[in-house]
Amino acid sequence: MKRRLLGLAISLLLPTWAYSAEISPAIVYDLGTKFDKSFNEGVSNGAKRFTEDTKVEVREFEPSNDSQIEQAIRKMAKRGSDPIVSVGFSQANALGVVAKEFPDTSFTIIDSVVDQPNVRSVTFREEQGSFLVGALAALASKTGKIGFVGGQDIALIRKFACGYEQGAKYVNKDIEVFQNMTGSTGAAWNNPTKGGELAKSQFDRGADVVFAAAGGTGIGVYQAAKDNGKYAIGVDSNQNHLHPGTMLSSMIKRVDNAAYDTFKAKMDGTWTSGIVSLGLAEKGVGWAVDEHNEKIVEPFKEKMAAIEADIIADKIKIHDYMKTNSCEY
Amino acid sequence: MNDILTFITLALDATLRVATPLILAALAGLFSERSGIVDIGLEGKMLVGAFAAGAVAYWTGSAWLGLGAAMLASMGFALLHGLACITYQGNQVVSGVAINILASGLTTILGLAWFHQGGSTPPLVGAQRFNDITLPGADALKSVPVLGDFYANVLSGHNILVYIALLLVPFCAWVLYKTRFGLRIRAVGENPKAVDTAGVSVALLRYRAVLIAGALCGIAGAYLSTAQNAQFIRDMTAGQGFMALAALIFAKWRPWPILAAALLFGFLDALAIRMQGVSLPLIGQVPVQLIESLPYILTVVLLAGFIGKAMPPKALGLPYLKEQR
Repeated sequence: MKRRLLGLAISLLLPTWAYSAEISPAIVYDLGTKFDKSFNEGVSNGAKRFTEDTKVEVREFEPSNDSQIEQAIRKMAKRGSDPIVSVGFSQANALGVVAKEFPDTSFTIIDSVVDQPNVRSVTFREEQGSFLVGALAALASKTGKIGFVGGQDIALIRKFACGYEQGAKYVNKDIEVFQNMTGSTGAAWNNPTKGGELAKSQFDRGADVVFAAAGGTGIGVYQAAKDNGKYAIGVDSNQNHLHPGTMLSSMIKRVDNAAYDTFKAKMDGTWTSGIVSLGLAEKGVGWAVDEHNEKIVEPFKEKMAAIEADIIADKIKIHDYMKTNSCEY
Repeated sequence: MNDILTFITLALDATLRVATPLILAALAGLFSERSGIVDIGLEGKMLVGAFAAGAVAYWTGSAWLGLGAAMLASMGFALLHGLACITYQGNQVVSGVAINILASGLTTILGLAWFHQGGSTPPLVGAQRFNDITLPGADALKSVPVLGDFYANVLSGHNILVYIALLLVPFCAWVLYKTRFGLRIRAVGENPKAVDTAGVSVALLRYRAVLIAGALCGIAGAYLSTAQNAQFIRDMTAGQGFMALAALIFAKWRPWPILAAALLFGFLDALAIRMQGVSLPLIGQVPVQLIESLPYILTVVLLAGFIGKAMPPKALGLPYLKEQR
């Protein structure tokens, strides 16, 4: 009893120490950088919010190439970090290996599925969010032509593109959707110059709204949209503040919640493994309206709300690219 | 027919934008290598320049001060390369690689420390950037078919650095072939002993050449961060320094062919962007990866036989020692 009292006293005196003894969370980010103003930054914001709420520090690692990922996750696990959030589809293989080596550590992977008893896989229904911004792009477009710039050419990004196209065609079935991918390697997530050139090529062909799902490459796309007086749509985090007046909206993925919930659940002892799929109904995806784009999207709000309701009610069926590996709907 | 013309016009317009850093960096390599110093470090020097330009333009609000800082920073790195290769007769390739690694790490660390944005500098607006300018008479000539169209849509509407890069080509050609300094630079790359015998300092000449290369790389870097983009982003050169090196070899170390090679590479890049997802008659859809690798394939294939042997300066990569026989 005495010892427990002593422990209590210490924990009251040094709350930070006591907490971090309970859990020591860690994050291994995706390629690109933590401050990509997009995907990674969303996760980082979730971690920041967690630290503010609970005073528990989150250990972080930013890999600069693919081969560092597995080492980073393993090192975190070895040092006793638990839970560990692994960010991005490209970490699935690495996590599959490491999760087996540390069966007592809890892992969460965002954007992919790893089938292990100690892994929670958080996926998002990007096709729903992309459908929404696709519809918005079609509503805002005056030329009947819109563009999409993807990062690395992978199924997940094709899923964004496919949802976007479906949303646009839902509003205007004659709309033309130009699609470009930045590259076929991880470097495609951080090549703003190429992103800007791709966007310009789409503007040249008549597009007046462009949606970038390309991590740090998107920064170049938005800049090009601003320089050419066109609209751009952000991705993952709310990017509306980047260029007010240019940013039509952002397709948000609440990756911050994915990280925050994992840490919080682990702390409360309610963490579970398995697959968690977050869609529009769960508020896992959506389109961002804030003070930066309110005026621009005002005329479309009603129509958008109707589409949202129809998606949640399952009246609009959206094809998921990853189910068939093709965009035929 | 009109569609094709528009397509070509727009692709050429993009070509100029993409080729500019290649032209500048390849000219930088030209001076360095013609004087006998291998320059693998083009990439790193561009990166340092891009960072300095982005940071200084943000702080001072002037793109021109940014450009100056870029040239100075890049020349600082060039001096380091010179010190290792000329004064200490180190291995020039190793030194160049070291420059690249140092540049990549240093810019990221300084960016993190100064701006707390993951190694990027804050976005630039207005006069912090080199904005596009319209050449005189572009609007009036727009209606003239083909030539007017070409002038208004391809030549006009770029930022000042694009024109500087284009003007630097004849200027560099003039310096290299029509001045005494140029003659000595070329001589020191072919036969440093002869230059030394004539009573001209080999080391001093090479230092000057390396510094010119630094200044040119600085302009290329400033173009990336303050003209083409609106901020510095970690590792934003993305291999363009090596593309420039390929252009330099492809052009057999001569200024006018460098312009042609850089434009060709830029055109292929612009084409790759525009060909994505477009079906061609007869061939069908061409894989993007194939078009993207065309510059490299072209360099290898053409050098292997079509344009004859690429003849590097004879003393390239060899440190000069007075005592050596």
